[in-house]
Amino acid sequence: MDSPAGPRVLVIVPAWNEEACIADTIAEIRATNPSVDVLVVDDGSADQTAARAREAGARVAILPFNVGVGGAMRTGFRYALRNGYDVAAQIDADGQHDPRFLPQLVAELETSDVVIGARFAHKGDTYVARGPRRWAMVLLAAVLSAVAGTRLTDATSGYRVAGRRAIHIFAEHYPAEYLGDTVESLVIAVRLGCKITQVPVDMRVRAGGTPSQSPIRAAIYLFRAVVALFLALVRRWPADFEQGLAEALRKAA
Amino acid sequence: MTGAHAIGLIVGIAIIVILFELLRRRRMRERYAMAWLVIGIGSMLIGVFPGLLGEATRAVGLVLPINLVFFVGLIVLLGLTSQLSYELGLAEDRTRALAEEVALIRLEIDEHINGEPVEPAVESDEAP
Repeated sequence: MDSPAGPRVLVIVPAWNEEACIADTIAEIRATNPSVDVLVVDDGSADQTAARAREAGARVAILPFNVGVGGAMRTGFRYALRNGYDVAAQIDADGQHDPRFLPQLVAELETSDVVIGARFAHKGDTYVARGPRRWAMVLLAAVLSAVAGTRLTDATSGYRVAGRRAIHIFAEHYPAEYLGDTVESLVIAVRLGCKITQVPVDMRVRAGGTPSQSPIRAAIYLFRAVVALFLALVRRWPADFEQGLAEALRKAA
Repeated sequence: MTGAHAIGLIVGIAIIVILFELLRRRRMRERYAMAWLVIGIGSMLIGVFPGLLGEATRAVGLVLPINLVFFVGLIVLLGLTSQLSYELGLAEDRTRALAEEVALIRLEIDEHINGEPVEPAVESDEAP
């Protein structure tokens, strides 16, 4: 990937009030993947996230107010599409995603359109989830594996890379609703003929901020996950969806 | 005419007057006003012709006319709130898309015209 002939890669970092760790995350991405461009999408942060990101050498798109991860990612995909990138990767600002796996994920795009950096995919994984949260993850993994026709262990992973075809789809139709940025986006991609695979990665504990965990929250998470998944599966698209996509792909070719 | 019917008449007139005023001042759009107009007229009709409510109650098989009023009222409110949720979702989608475009356009200006990054939004006066 570091060769000049390799694909042009844009790393999109959605960030919301991440001034504590955004600079480290960017520095690590740049150190481990010197050839990629980094775009931080500041999702209406109230702190100095944007300034820190700029100091660290990233391009920064500032959303005027908080629109959620889905909206931030769609902004990134639009940028990737308009600037002719071959690959758009998502790496979270909180340092959970180890950028050293990025070349592996990108390499996998040779044969697929979306590659997920997945937890639970191999032995010795240190990431643990319990109770309803775990059930939700297992359920999502099972259903999405069936939908995608391949084994996916971690549908809610935000660590993923998208090829050109997926960038076209996501730039227009990346969902902004609950779990839309992870679960529904996969369903949309599959329905429009994208091939999805996963690559096992180690996820780290977040470098800053507090994880949201309590039994009630986990139960709510399970419930909302089921609803979001069901909606993703039954939802209809605008009638001109596929036609518009075909046109966009033809223009890009 | 009983007190209840008088209330119906008064409420109906009030709704229509308020509606008229809101439309006149362009504070409400016709598409939302139509539902309220129907409610106002219905309420007035019942006030003017008290017999209508009793007949309608018998026609749908209810005993107490007031139950019909409550039932219809609930259905109407359900419909109106659903419509508002729908419109709100639409508006939200559009503002979100606009926000995304604004972010990209701002970035484009930073990159191509100024050559130098602009300071982040107005929320903070703190110098970096």
